[in-house]
Amino acid sequence: MPAHVATYALVGIESRRVDVEVDLRAGLPSFTIVGLGDRAVREARERVRAAIVNSGFTFPAKRVTVNLAPAYLHKSGPAYDLPIACAILAAAGELPAERLARLAVYGELALGGEVRPSRGVLAVAEGVREQGLDGVVVAPERVREAALVDGVAAHGAATLRDVVTLLRGEAPAGAAVPPPEEIGPDPHAHAGLDLADVRGNAAVLEALTVAAAGGHNLLMTGPPGTGKTMLARRLPTILPPLGRAEALEVTRIHSITGLRGSGELAVERPFRAPHHSVSPSGLVGGGDVPRPGEVTLAHHGVLFLDELSEFQRASLESLRQPLEDGRIAIVRGQRTAIFPTRFQLVAATNPCPCGQAGTGSCRCTEADHARHRRRLSGPLLDRIDLHVSVDRPSAEQLAGPPLRSSAVERERVVAARERQARRLAGTGVPSNAHLDAALVRRHVRLDATAEGHLWRHYDRGALSARGQLRVLRLARTLADLAGADAVGAGHVLQALALRQDDGAAAVGA
Amino acid sequence: MTACPACLRRAWLLGLLAPNLELAWRGRRPLKDILALEDGALVAALAGRRRSAVEAAYEAFSARQARAACAAAAVTPVCRHDGRYPARLRTGPGAPAVLYVAGDPRRLSRLVGGDVDDGPPAAAVVGTRRASPEALQVATALGRGLAAAGVTVVSGMALGVDSAAHQGALDAGGPTLAVLACGPERAYPARKLALHRRLVAEQLVVSELPPGAPPWRWSFPARNRIIAALGRVTLVVEAAERSGSLITADFAADLGRDVAAVPGRAWSPRTRGSNALLGQGAAVVLDVEDALDAVLGLDRPDVPGVAAARLPDGLARVLDAVAAGAEVPAPGADGAQVGAALVALAELEGLGLVRRAPGGRYVATAPGWRPLASTPRPAGDGPRGPGGDHLGCCS
Repeated sequence: MPAHVATYALVGIESRRVDVEVDLRAGLPSFTIVGLGDRAVREARERVRAAIVNSGFTFPAKRVTVNLAPAYLHKSGPAYDLPIACAILAAAGELPAERLARLAVYGELALGGEVRPSRGVLAVAEGVREQGLDGVVVAPERVREAALVDGVAAHGAATLRDVVTLLRGEAPAGAAVPPPEEIGPDPHAHAGLDLADVRGNAAVLEALTVAAAGGHNLLMTGPPGTGKTMLARRLPTILPPLGRAEALEVTRIHSITGLRGSGELAVERPFRAPHHSVSPSGLVGGGDVPRPGEVTLAHHGVLFLDELSEFQRASLESLRQPLEDGRIAIVRGQRTAIFPTRFQLVAATNPCPCGQAGTGSCRCTEADHARHRRRLSGPLLDRIDLHVSVDRPSAEQLAGPPLRSSAVERERVVAARERQARRLAGTGVPSNAHLDAALVRRHVRLDATAEGHLWRHYDRGALSARGQLRVLRLARTLADLAGADAVGAGHVLQALALRQDDGAAAVGA
Repeated sequence: MTACPACLRRAWLLGLLAPNLELAWRGRRPLKDILALEDGALVAALAGRRRSAVEAAYEAFSARQARAACAAAAVTPVCRHDGRYPARLRTGPGAPAVLYVAGDPRRLSRLVGGDVDDGPPAAAVVGTRRASPEALQVATALGRGLAAAGVTVVSGMALGVDSAAHQGALDAGGPTLAVLACGPERAYPARKLALHRRLVAEQLVVSELPPGAPPWRWSFPARNRIIAALGRVTLVVEAAERSGSLITADFAADLGRDVAAVPGRAWSPRTRGSNALLGQGAAVVLDVEDALDAVLGLDRPDVPGVAAARLPDGLARVLDAVAAGAEVPAPGADGAQVGAALVALAELEGLGLVRRAPGGRYVATAPGWRPLASTPRPAGDGPRGPGGDHLGCCS
């Protein structure tokens, strides 16, 4: 009768139940693994055999057949080592089958029998809870991570022998991991970054708060060395703190991609700043076995694209679906993965090739400007509501006092988000930045004065039709920040001054 | 008073013969001479094989039908026997028989009524359709400055310089008047629909062609002769070597009206036409003051600039700061100040006094092209000579 052990395969950023079945049969000794495994899975034979023998057990001198079910699912990685070893020992009668049936096992084996940590334990633990199993056995380094999921007993096992001891009931090994403490504001969050570090650039600071309050994407233009990166890095410090569900999701994604192995729950919103040489699949995800890209790593956080005009066009175009839908489907051969991508975009660029546009000392020709604009244009700019220019602070500003602090701004942002949440309850729309035309019509009612300002810009060609929608969304956020129910003319005017409008290229006439 | 049947018939005949006129015009027969012909001679000269049909239709013309068509298009025909017909347009036999007016016809005498020297001052502002950004700014600023000083800005609502001049005048609250090469109720070019709508509602759009008439190639130079006749001075902003604006300037010179031009780059083909005018003795226009000098004369009373006349203090201060190249909002501003500065910037942009440069930064539109003083000059300051301190706006 074959032995069964439950484990999990990682598909995208989810986990799928995999049953490891082992059959021992009389005949010439052999060891075969079937079930669509990759090289790492096939090589498990050598690790498992060595680990079993080096842990003081006997490797069965029989025909050993290992099946990883379901057979259609591609399996990759070394985390099947431990479940395969356990199933063989169970088939050989070394382990009690009934206890094993209530647990999942997940981990890589060293030749000496030590259990090595594997990626994606949080996703595995969530699968364990969904399947109604009692707990999961993982490497000791991953126990805290597994314990983040309520109702799952996380067992740490340093060696294969520890696993056997645990299952035989000889020692209550490491079952008593305390539930994780409630997450709260972490004084060490964001590595000490604060808006108070910024000097000058009062308008940009305002734009950052507006971006955080409404979830609007932001474009900053300015000459090199004016602190665009510094400003962008401080956006996460004023975003509302991660909720528990969001934090679990961020931790799960980062665990699967190997970014995070501490076992702690993420408390900071992620900040990702890929270099402009990034490929489309690096940005949105891809590969034969689809892996999440930067947009998914920035889920619930900030994606910062510095030197926007230097990115490959294909990379920027690929951002359209993630920005529109909040998720991306990666299709490769017969494998499809869907990754969540609710990030906030901050882009920075030079205003023109020489960086001095609008200052009078610009050396670029009209054609240079046009080429630069073309590089930026397209579906990306369509999703960016805010646009500010960043200036180099003067010497006296550098010596002056800070203008704003992250703590104060975050309070304003949280208050504005609460107003939005009340208004948008039941619509599934997370923030003002995602209001569509119908919702804008419902929630942004303008009086005659405000309407007049909008049409004046429109008639003059300074505002495009799409730009108008973006302005209205911004005005809604500005009103929320001011604690106002109605959007007034002042909010519309401020929104106009902060607008990003690529559609209105023809100015002057 | 309504237009008389003979004049209505003349205008209708032009519409009927428009395709023949097109052929004649392409055959390089001088438009002035053709338009000066009597009705009978016109038919004889142009109709060709259609002659008998045209003559039959001419006999059957119904003034009542023509008036009904005008009423349906909300257009008022003002014929040369009408008291509202601008005296300055009576330039000879080639003058339009009827002026079709879209908008309130009572405005006609306020905008361009009377004789060219004694009536309300008007200036034609014309230039290329494919204008450079600078030319657009200059045209807008000229339109604004002239209108603010009470000078009617007459132009053709074409793309580029023409509409920029109208837009500038509208920013200043008028006066301005557009002369079209098709029926006045048609927004041509279609891209200027919004501008046409505003001009009809607040100012005036006129044409010598009846409602429904499409634009013909000959009707553009024909329109230009009306523009030239209505203005005391014709200002050419940017014109290439072969440009309709030069035709307007020619008509103006023929009528004995002054011609002025904004100088362009020496070697640029885009401004070769306007520079050539300067070479032939046109007045040089370097700023709005020069334009006002050309229209109103050097002994004109001092007129308050548009900004000083209309801008509240707060906005004027922000505009000064932008024009001086300062960062707005100030880099050290607190939250409330930032909000106020952003509001001011957007209001100034709505007025067309600032615009967003490609990098997102606000810049003043054509600084130096605004007769702007932060404090209004006292009235009766006496006449100003050329080379006044109008550039003091940036100090």
